[in-house]
Amino acid sequence: MAESNTEQIEQVITDALVTFGAEESAITRDAELEALDVDSLDLAELSQIIEERFGVELTSSDVAEIKTVGDAIDLVAARTQ
Amino acid sequence: MNEVVVTGLGAVTPLGLGAAALHERWAAGVCGIEDGEGRCDEFQATDHFSVKEARRADRFSQLVLVASAEALADAGWVDGLPYDPRRIGAIIGTGIGGIGTIEANDQMLIEHGPKRVSPLAVPLMMGNAGAAAVSMRHGLKGPSYGVVSACAAGTHAIGSAMRAIQYGDATAVVAGGTEAALTPLSRAAFVAVDALSPSGISRPFDVRRDGFVMGEGAAALVLENGAVARARGARILAVLRGYGATSDAFHITAPPADGEGAAAAIVRALEDADVEASDVVYVNAHGTSTQINDRAETVALKTALGEHAAKVPISSTKSAIGHLLGAAGAVEAVATILALRARLLPPTLGLEQPDPELDLDYVPQVARPLELAQNQRAIAISNSFGFGGHNAVLCLEAT
Repeated sequence: MAESNTEQIEQVITDALVTFGAEESAITRDAELEALDVDSLDLAELSQIIEERFGVELTSSDVAEIKTVGDAIDLVAARTQ
Repeated sequence: MNEVVVTGLGAVTPLGLGAAALHERWAAGVCGIEDGEGRCDEFQATDHFSVKEARRADRFSQLVLVASAEALADAGWVDGLPYDPRRIGAIIGTGIGGIGTIEANDQMLIEHGPKRVSPLAVPLMMGNAGAAAVSMRHGLKGPSYGVVSACAAGTHAIGSAMRAIQYGDATAVVAGGTEAALTPLSRAAFVAVDALSPSGISRPFDVRRDGFVMGEGAAALVLENGAVARARGARILAVLRGYGATSDAFHITAPPADGEGAAAAIVRALEDADVEASDVVYVNAHGTSTQINDRAETVALKTALGEHAAKVPISSTKSAIGHLLGAAGAVEAVATILALRARLLPPTLGLEQPDPELDLDYVPQVARPLELAQNQRAIAISNSFGFGGHNAVLCLEAT
């Protein structure tokens, strides 16, 4: 498992969302994924990236709980503790 | 049955962006083939799509999205759709589908394992992705699907759309074809089957022809129920008069020498159009620049058109852009309509040394004015034949 901290997680998730087409300036902890036009296919891709980088496997029910960027960061941070 | 008219055209080809570029540059003798391939160099995804849109569509879908946007605008569909969206379909042919996506994901699979294959792989590579993209982009909720019949797919798509309108399943259909197969696997595979030109020169009907040159691109046509289109004051570019489709049931990659299936498709298209062979003023040939196609197609034209075959001008769009596989039939339908409307028949480029066995009028090298007698109609056929023995022919009349 890669060494990780919240900042790293935030950066990886932000980079992924930008790759998916979200505006970087709109990506904040409180931003809702739906408002960033992030859909189920993006979330599947995000899960792959998170597993690759942090060794954290997110199930579909985990992903279903993620509403905001902060939710995603916190979930991954909690799993990497 | 309902009459079917063409009200809008769009194309992205190696001759440039737009249907007009296709006709005008081809007629001027410009060849879009460079280094043995017909690439759409004028097409840049970032000019047309957001980051999200671009990564959600394989290049083959991107090309037809741009062509269909042009076609809808050309049809005057600028302030929304003219009919109930549930009455408008999208039928788009392709030979292969998203092969670039397949290759990229296969590479990931081999190098990094199954967990790295993208969730976007399936939605991008599937052969119906082009039709789905057009439907979603424009909110078309009528019948939409992909048509897969190798190098006849674009023509089959238009024929299927014609039937949907004739039968009343749709009031309008955005029909077309698209292909983006200039990829390592695709090149190697076509070389392996000995179809590609080693010289990289597309010269249909020339004695030196040595295979087809692969190209990429897309075209789309807005087809509408004629009575309904006229009622909305649409500009009618052409009438889709007839469609014929047959199969060789002979060999997976070769037509029979007598071109029987191809001839039958031509005859069927003329019957369906209720016109005589002698009414045909132009033939847009399949004309691939392979030894076997150009010979069999010539025989088929003689069989189907009889004595008129020797009188009618014939030219091959593939001489100017290469073979666009599943997009070819749609691109060539667009080229045919524009040629008829301009009364200018673009030439078979590269045809310098005629094959003694191929003795029809292939309009070599230089465009020719189309001269019509008074009351003579501007009727043409456009031929497409695909691996698998699929033959499809359209009969079009420009207005």
